[in-house]
Amino acid sequence: MTNHEFDVVIVGAGGAGMRAALESSQRAKTAVLTKLYPTRSHTGAAQGGMAAALANVEDDNAEWHTFDTVKGGDYLVDQDAAEILCKEAIDAVLDLEKMGLPFNRTTAGKVDQRRFGGHTRNHGEAAVRRACYAADRTGHMILQTLYQQCIKQEVEFFNEFYVLDLILDSDPQAAADGDEVAVAGVVAYQLSTGEVHTFRAKSVIFATGGAGKVFKTTSNAHTLTGDGMGIALRAGLPLEDMEFFQFHPTGLAGLGILLSEAARGEGGILRNSEGERFMERYAPTIKDLAPRDMVARAMANEVREGRGCGPHKDYVLLDLTHLEPAHIDEKLPDITEFARTYLGVEPYTEPVPVFPTAHYAMGGIPTNVNAEVLRNNTDVVKGLYAAGECACVSVHGANRLGTNSLLDINVFGRRAGIAAAEYANSVDAAPELPADADATVAGLVASLRETVGGDGTERVAQIRKELQETMDMNVQVFRTAESLAEAAGAVKGLRERFASIAIHDRGQRFNTDLLEAVELGFLLELAEVVIAGADGRKESRGGHYREDFPTRDDENYMQHTMAYATPEGLRMDWKPVVVTKYQPMERKY
Amino acid sequence: MTATAEKTEEVGAVESFTVTLKILRHDPDGLDGREPGAEYWEEFQVEAHATDRVLDALHAIKWEQDGTLAFRRSCAHGVCGSDAMRINARNRLACKTLLKDLNPARPITVEPIKGLPVEKDLIVDMEPFFASYRDIMPFLMPSGPTPERERLQSPEDRERFDDTTKCILCAACTTSCPVFWTDGQYFGPQAIVGAHRFIFDSRDDGEWDRLEILNDQAGVWKCRTAFNCTEACPRGIEVTKAISEVKRALTSGEV
Repeated sequence: MTNHEFDVVIVGAGGAGMRAALESSQRAKTAVLTKLYPTRSHTGAAQGGMAAALANVEDDNAEWHTFDTVKGGDYLVDQDAAEILCKEAIDAVLDLEKMGLPFNRTTAGKVDQRRFGGHTRNHGEAAVRRACYAADRTGHMILQTLYQQCIKQEVEFFNEFYVLDLILDSDPQAAADGDEVAVAGVVAYQLSTGEVHTFRAKSVIFATGGAGKVFKTTSNAHTLTGDGMGIALRAGLPLEDMEFFQFHPTGLAGLGILLSEAARGEGGILRNSEGERFMERYAPTIKDLAPRDMVARAMANEVREGRGCGPHKDYVLLDLTHLEPAHIDEKLPDITEFARTYLGVEPYTEPVPVFPTAHYAMGGIPTNVNAEVLRNNTDVVKGLYAAGECACVSVHGANRLGTNSLLDINVFGRRAGIAAAEYANSVDAAPELPADADATVAGLVASLRETVGGDGTERVAQIRKELQETMDMNVQVFRTAESLAEAAGAVKGLRERFASIAIHDRGQRFNTDLLEAVELGFLLELAEVVIAGADGRKESRGGHYREDFPTRDDENYMQHTMAYATPEGLRMDWKPVVVTKYQPMERKY
Repeated sequence: MTATAEKTEEVGAVESFTVTLKILRHDPDGLDGREPGAEYWEEFQVEAHATDRVLDALHAIKWEQDGTLAFRRSCAHGVCGSDAMRINARNRLACKTLLKDLNPARPITVEPIKGLPVEKDLIVDMEPFFASYRDIMPFLMPSGPTPERERLQSPEDRERFDDTTKCILCAACTTSCPVFWTDGQYFGPQAIVGAHRFIFDSRDDGEWDRLEILNDQAGVWKCRTAFNCTEACPRGIEVTKAISEVKRALTSGEV
């Protein structure tokens, strides 16, 4: 075991983690731990843009953006957080530009902007050009630019260090309301050597990304296994709104690979087997640019009612054929290449088969607007922060608008970095790590290694496959009490079988077999939280659609779900939504 | 009853076939009676579908046959740069290479990328590669006061360095370069691509600092224009062209 000490430890080197590091490392001794390499994170897969009311190409303002974010999130958004998000958006984009991000430009040389789903002029009058973009590789440019700035600032990275435990100075569930609970550090498993490291730190920021691999059809990377959320849950902290998962309308059919909403922002149209532009029926004003939850449901509904395309009538078509090839090449080069590479479809002349794909967790580790992690509805854990997809602040509510996630990582990543460093500088020392701080991780690693050649009969990949299939079948765009009970039973069975796994690799170095087993443990626990949240929320709101409760119920559910893991199983609670000026109203587009 | 669960197979179920992968293994731990660091070839057979990529076949091996097989991967659609490897003697991303495009009737050979120390199976030590990238100062170095709003840049100026902004740091180019294999000093093509992205950015004023670095004996003049790098780039960057633009800037003294 090796011990390290830092003022601030950041877990995750995607957009949120590196944006935090740029702030924190200027103010305090900072380390960034990542289970990958910095530029491998899934921020790089984000395509279409980053929202900010720059008003570079038409009239726009932060208040309109805030309204759209709240309405897009089906009124589950904490409105104080949304106000901050949209107000700070403008500087967030300008900061990136000053760091060197190569945005597309207007003829006047300003950052260009384009349309995106749910972003409107003056509270819903018409689509507005708000998304700042670099072709269809905006996330790639953000990730590269932030990494470049980290190189400039000589940020200290620990690459391929897989954080597996969070150390607090006391049990957050045993502490009374108002008691102080503080962070002491994290424990990590070094992939290249198999060694366990402890990191004592005054502040810890979780920026570990999403958990899309609980589903089978997903735009998410293989590595997005919800580790940070799972670690927080095991440490006794709550997870908020985990039933809200976004299914992005346009995944490549059968593969789930993302095709940006920018395709529709640039004029692409969704059509069913009759060639009909069916979104006209579901969202007469902004049609194909309705928010993602509505479009995904509409697509699934077209298929269900027999108007799907292809030999099995199981997808719809994204039609770009009316756009000029030169325009496609300039604005959508990557996604059209994906269609060619993976489906052999030429988007210049043929419509592209698409179907919803699990894309984004609106829920996560609850935080306040300073990115401080909550251990109940009001108390924070001193020194612990979370930002980006693993966090729930909650600016996305029940459904995130496209381009608001690249914004979220920049605004709240920055806030987390500043707050974590300032807190670290305000305390003399981090709590002492207990002498056996590494015990949980060392024990987990040893127990998995001991399964090699043992009696275990279950395979990690098989359990993961069954988990993902049951989640796609029962907890996707449409949910019912029956489908959720089916999923809950299946996951319970899979967790029991998980106790009898055997892995193959007993080696110390780059034991990715062991890593996948650890990841599956997180996925199983998170799936249980998603299902329990979905079961408890007997209404339909944003990305959570209950066929047995098809309408929104503001009377009972203007509340966030809070899930706690206890020795007796999950304990579910509620937290009121913060409403400042937008009262819930019917959501029409 | 929801979306895509059962339908995923159907899209891919156009045709299925058996494919043999011949993989160069490297065992750092020395298990099963091998010396630590032992290298050996091993063959695996997997069932594949028409839309399957080499990465899918590697996963099928790891998940169903031999969990000890080690390789890096993340996004699985060619944007994160984790899974560059040598497939049928050419550098490619495993997640962008369809099996059916490789003549699956013959064994497909898979090796780690060359010129970087192998850690385990298809995993290499990337640190020397990233060190070269850091050496060329890959960050905007503007001069003058910071403006309140954005720095202006015309679409034409933005276009000049567009190609090299696409780089995902996968190392496919650098580790395909015969000069890089034999010359321990050479920065390699990626570092030149990384420098090009800033040298030709109208907002940047550090171009001569970088050009001086590239003019060094480890720099751009080592390039023998073999074009391997351009062929290897999974992002379609014209790497050799970028290198020649850097050379021209050095000889002409103009950017």
